[in-house]
Amino acid sequence: MVKLGKYVKPFLPIAFVVMFLILLEVLTTLKLPDLMSDIVDQGIATGNISLIWRTGLIMLAVALAGIIVAISGNYLASRASTAFGRDLRQAIFSQVEKFSPQEFNKFGTASLITRTTNDVQQMQMVFLMSMRMAMRAPLTAIGGVIMVVKKDPRLALLLLTLIPIISVVVSFVVIKGIPLFKSLQKKLDRLNQVLREQLIGVRVIRAFDRGKYETGRFGEANHDLTTTALKVNRMMVTLMPIMGLLVNFTSVGIIWFGAKRIDAGFLQVGDMMAFLQYTMQIFIAVMMLSMLFVMLPRASASADRIKEVLETEPSITDPEDPKIIDECTGVVQFHNVTFVYPGAAKPVLHKINFSASPGQTTAIIGGTGSGKSTILDLVPRFYDPTEGKITLDGVDIKELAQADLRSKLGYVPQKAMLFSGTIAENIKGGKHDATDEEVAEAARIAQATNFIEEREDKYDDFIAQGGTNVSGGQKQRLSIARAVVRRPQVYLLDDTFSALDYKTDALLRTELLESAAQATVIVVAQRVSTILHADQIIVLEEGKVVGQGTHKELLENCGVYQEIVASQFGEEDVS
Amino acid sequence: MSKETPRRSHGGRGGGFGPRGIGRPVEKAKDFKGTLKRLVAYMRPHSVGLIIVLIVTLLSTVFNILSPKIMGQATTILFEGMMDKMRGIPGAAIDFSAVGRILLNLAAVYIVATVFGYLQQIIMVNISQKTVFKMREDIGLKLAKLPLKYFDSVAHGDILSRATNDVDVVSQSLQQGITQIITSVISIIGVLIMMLTISPIMTLITMGMLPISALVSIFVAKRSQKFFAQQQRILGDLNGHVEEMFSGHTIIKAFGLEQDAIDEFVEINQGLYNNSWKAQFISGTLMPLIRFVGNIGYVAIAVAGGVFASRGMIKIGDIQAFIQYSRQFTQPITQMASMANVLQSTIAAAERVFELLDEKEEPADKLDSKLLENPRGEIRLENISFGYDADKTVIKNPDLDVKQGELVAIVGPTGAGKTTLVNLLMRFYDVNDGTITFDGTNIFDLKRGNLRTMFGMVLQDTWLFEGTIRDNIAYGRIGASDQEIEAAAKAAHVDHFIRTLPKGYDTILAEDASGISQGQRQLLTIARAILADPVVLILDEATSSVDTRTERLIQEAMNKLMEGRTSFVIAHRLSTILDADRILVINQGEIVEQGTHEELLIKEGFYAELYDSQFLSGLSEQVG
Repeated sequence: MVKLGKYVKPFLPIAFVVMFLILLEVLTTLKLPDLMSDIVDQGIATGNISLIWRTGLIMLAVALAGIIVAISGNYLASRASTAFGRDLRQAIFSQVEKFSPQEFNKFGTASLITRTTNDVQQMQMVFLMSMRMAMRAPLTAIGGVIMVVKKDPRLALLLLTLIPIISVVVSFVVIKGIPLFKSLQKKLDRLNQVLREQLIGVRVIRAFDRGKYETGRFGEANHDLTTTALKVNRMMVTLMPIMGLLVNFTSVGIIWFGAKRIDAGFLQVGDMMAFLQYTMQIFIAVMMLSMLFVMLPRASASADRIKEVLETEPSITDPEDPKIIDECTGVVQFHNVTFVYPGAAKPVLHKINFSASPGQTTAIIGGTGSGKSTILDLVPRFYDPTEGKITLDGVDIKELAQADLRSKLGYVPQKAMLFSGTIAENIKGGKHDATDEEVAEAARIAQATNFIEEREDKYDDFIAQGGTNVSGGQKQRLSIARAVVRRPQVYLLDDTFSALDYKTDALLRTELLESAAQATVIVVAQRVSTILHADQIIVLEEGKVVGQGTHKELLENCGVYQEIVASQFGEEDVS
Repeated sequence: MSKETPRRSHGGRGGGFGPRGIGRPVEKAKDFKGTLKRLVAYMRPHSVGLIIVLIVTLLSTVFNILSPKIMGQATTILFEGMMDKMRGIPGAAIDFSAVGRILLNLAAVYIVATVFGYLQQIIMVNISQKTVFKMREDIGLKLAKLPLKYFDSVAHGDILSRATNDVDVVSQSLQQGITQIITSVISIIGVLIMMLTISPIMTLITMGMLPISALVSIFVAKRSQKFFAQQQRILGDLNGHVEEMFSGHTIIKAFGLEQDAIDEFVEINQGLYNNSWKAQFISGTLMPLIRFVGNIGYVAIAVAGGVFASRGMIKIGDIQAFIQYSRQFTQPITQMASMANVLQSTIAAAERVFELLDEKEEPADKLDSKLLENPRGEIRLENISFGYDADKTVIKNPDLDVKQGELVAIVGPTGAGKTTLVNLLMRFYDVNDGTITFDGTNIFDLKRGNLRTMFGMVLQDTWLFEGTIRDNIAYGRIGASDQEIEAAAKAAHVDHFIRTLPKGYDTILAEDASGISQGQRQLLTIARAILADPVVLILDEATSSVDTRTERLIQEAMNKLMEGRTSFVIAHRLSTILDADRILVINQGEIVEQGTHEELLIKEGFYAELYDSQFLSGLSEQVG
C-alpha cells in the first residue's frame, strides 16, 4: 500500500472515516458483553427483572447501532476500494499508452496485461481488506483492554500479557511466513512456466523424442512446489492451534485469578464473564489479521510490478513548443543517424545518411540485424536516434508533436494487426472521418474489395479480436488499406506482402504505387524481386549503408547487393 | 474454448475472504456424483490417514463442545459462592479447590482438543498436498501422451488453467473442506444436545434465529450474485480491451489512436466500477447482517437467561455456556451453507482436471514395433488420405517415392497442405487411409520416438526454453559435448554471435528472449537440428525471418548437412528449390505436380504460373 501512496492518498480521508466507523462498531460489540455483565451482576444477583428487560432493550439498541455503522463503513469501503482500483487501472493504462516501444518492450505485452488487470485487482482487494480487517484487530484489542482496565486494572494485566505473546506469534508469521509464501509463489510460477514451454514447444519435444526429459522437468517443478506447499501449510496449521491454546489458557487464567479478585470483592462475576468474551473477540480479530498477512507477499509483489510501470518515464516526449509544417511534401532525410538500442553495446545503425523524396520509392534491403526495420521505427519516433537527426521537410522530427508527425505517416508493419470491430472501423483507424467512398477506395487499392464483398455484412462485417476470423493475407490487405485511407505523405512499409499470393502481391504493388504517386514511399524488403523498380535502393550491412542506387547501378558496383541477388535468383539469372 | 479461459483466470476466484462462496455465482459440475466418486477414489491410497483424520476430528470436536459446559461450572461455583457471601451465609466462600479442580479439567480438555485438532490438520495437509501432487504428476504424464491434435485444438490457456487453477481449488478444498464438513456436522449435533440439556426454551430461541439468518443470506446472495455475474462479464470485456490495445501498441502509436484506446478503456472501467462496488457492498453486508441477527439472539438469550436465572430456573454458568454454544451453533450452519458452494466449485474444478486426464491418448506403440538400424531415409507415400476433421479431407492421394539423399522441395500457396505432410511424416497426426513407409517399413510399425528422432526439423516457430544457450542447442542430442555444441553453432553461423554475448554459451534465454532477434533464435534452432544429426531433414520455412545473406550462409551449412540425407524443404522462396531433385507442388491438399524445376516449367502448369508471377515478371520489368 505504502508503495502506491500517491494513489491511496485521495482515499485516505474515506479510509479514516471507515476506520472510525469500525472503531464505533468494535465499541458496540464490546459494549454488549459489558451490558450482559450488568444483567448478571445487577439483574440476576438482585432478581431485578425489569432491569434485565431494560438492559436487554439497551443491548438491542446497541446492536442496531452496530449494524448501522458496520453497513455504512462497508458502503464507504466498497466504494473507496473499487474507485481506487478504477483509478489505478486507468493510471496504468494511460501510462502504457504513453510508452514508446522501447519502454513497452521492456515489460512485454503479457506482463503489462497482468499488471493492468490482475495486479490491480489484487491491490484493490488488499486495500479493501486493510480497511476492513487490518484496523479491526488493533482496535478490538485496544477497546477490549480499555474496557477491562475500567473493570479491574489488575486482572487487565493478564490480558495485557497476552498481547505481546500474540504479537510475537504474528511477527513470527510475518518474518518466517512471508518469505515462505514468496517462495511458494515462485515455485508456482516455475511450474506454470515449464508447462507453458511444453505446450508451446510440443512439436519440438516430440520431434526430438524428449518426452521423458520434459516429464522429468515438470516432475521436478511439481516436487519442488509440493515440498514448499507442505512447509507453508504445516506452519500455518501449527500456528493456529498454538494461538487457540494460548487464548484458551488465558481464559482459564482469567477464571482463576478472576475468582480471587471476586473473592476479594474487587470484581463481579458478570464482569469476569465479559472479560472472557473480550478475550475471544480479540483472538478472532487477530486471526483475521493473520489472514491479511497471507495476502501481503502477493500484494507486495503486485504493488512492485505496478509501481514499476507507473514510474517508467516515456523516453519520447513532445517538445514544449512544437513546430508545425504547413504544407507537408514528405521529404524524409536521415542525417548521420546512429542508433544504439538501450543496453546494447554496438549500434544497430551507424551514421546513416539518405534522403527519400516524394513520388519516389526508397527501398531498404540488407541482412538480419542489419538494421533495416529499425530505420522504419525511427521515422514515427518509436525510438529516437542516439546521434544525428531525421528531418521531415527539413524540420527535425523531434521538434514536431508526435501526433502531428504520425498523422503524416502511413505505417504498415511486418505483422498485420487488426482490432475487434467492423472492417470499416478497422480501415478508419487510419482516418477517423473517412467517408464510405474513401474506405472503399482504400480497400480497392489494397486488393481487399473482393473478399470484403464476399463477406456477409461487407464493410460492416465484424473482425474478431486478434483478427482470428480473417486469413493472414486478408489481414495484411486490411492493414494496408488502413494506411492508404489516410493518404499519407510518407508510406512506411515493412516487408508487407509476405502472406499474399504472387498475383495479388503484384496487383497491390502496382495499385499502391499509382495511388501514392505524390507520396514518399520507404519500403523494407526481403526479396530483391519486389524492389527492382525502386527509384533508390539502400543496402545495409551491419548498420552501415554499403550501397545506394538503382538495381542496375548496385548490380554493377555493390558486392553485398550482388551477393543478395545471387542468393535469391540463383547464379545464372543475375545478369 | 479460448473464450472460457480468461473469464476463469481473471475471475472472482480467490476474490476475497468472508464467507467463502456465498453471494458469488457458483460453477456447477456436469456430473457431480461421478466426479465426486473419482475424487474419492483418488484419495483411496490415503484411506488409513483419512480414517485417522475422521477419528481425531470427532474427538477434537467433542472436546471442544465439552469445554464451555465445564467453564460454566466454574462460573456457577463462583457466582453461588458470591451470592452466598452476599446473603451473609456464615462461612460462605468461593470453593477454590472445586474451582481449581474444574479449571484443571478444563485445561486438560483444551490440551486434548488442541492436540487432536493439530493432528487432524497436519495429517490433512499431507493428504491433500500428496493428492494434488499426484494429480499434477498425472497431468504431466498425460500431456506427454496426448496427440498433437489436442494441443492444436485446445487453447493453451485452457490447459494451463486446468493444470494450475483447478488443481489449486481442489487442493484448498481438500485441505479445509473435508474436516470442516465433519466438524460442522458434529458440532451442530453436539451443540444442539448441549443446549437442550441446559434449556429447551433458550434452545428454541436460538433455533428461531436460524430461519432469519437463512432468509437474510438468501436475500443478500440473490442480489449480489447478479452483480458479481455482471462484474465478471465487464471484467472480461476490460481484459479483452487491454489485451487488444497492448498487442497492437505500435499500431496505436503509429496511427495516433491512443486517446481512442483510453476513452474506451475509461468507459469500460467506469462501468466496472459502477458494478463492482455494488457487488462488493452487497456481499459485504452479509456478515454484519448475520452478526446482527446473532446479536439479537444473544440479547434474547441474555434476557431470557437473566429472567430464568433470577427465578432460579437456570444456573449462571449455564447462561455463559449457552451463549458460547449459541455462537458455536450459528457458525457451523453458515459454514455448511458456504461449504455447499465450495463443494460445487471444487467438484467442477476436479471435473475439469479429470476431463483433461480422460482425453484420448496417442495410441501406444505396437508391442512388436521396430527400431530401424542404419536407416537410409527412403520414404514412400501410397494412397494416403487425411483430414483434421473426419469429414474434411485435406490431403488426398499424394503418391510419392523419395530415394535416399534426395532433396524434395515442397511449394504451394498457404493452406495448401504443406505442413500437413510434415505432420503425417512425423506421425504428429496419423493418416486416415493408405500407408507411409520409411525404408520400406510402415511407419505405424516403428516406435514413434525412433521415427521422430530420424527426422531433424526446423520449424517456422522457433522454440527455445528458459535455460542457457548451451542447453538449448544440446536439446538436439542428449549428452553432447561442449565441442560438439560449439561445432554445431559454428555450422549454423551463430557461434560468433553467441560469443559476443557477455556470458557466451552460458547466457540464459529469458522467456521472451528479448535481446535476441527472431533470426538469431532461428539460427539457434538450426544449430540444434545440426547437432541432432538426423537421417531426414525437414525445413519448414526455416529461414523465412533470416535475411537472404545469412540464409545463404546457412544454406551452405545445410547443403553440407543435406549430403547423403533425404531432405524436405518447405519454402516460398523459389531460389531454394532450384537445387531440388524434385519439387512437389501442392494445392488444396493434393500433389498437383511433381518433378524438377525444368520439367515443371515445360509443363506450363500450376508451378509455371507460380514461378512466373513471383519472379519472372519482376525481373522482366527491369532487366528484360
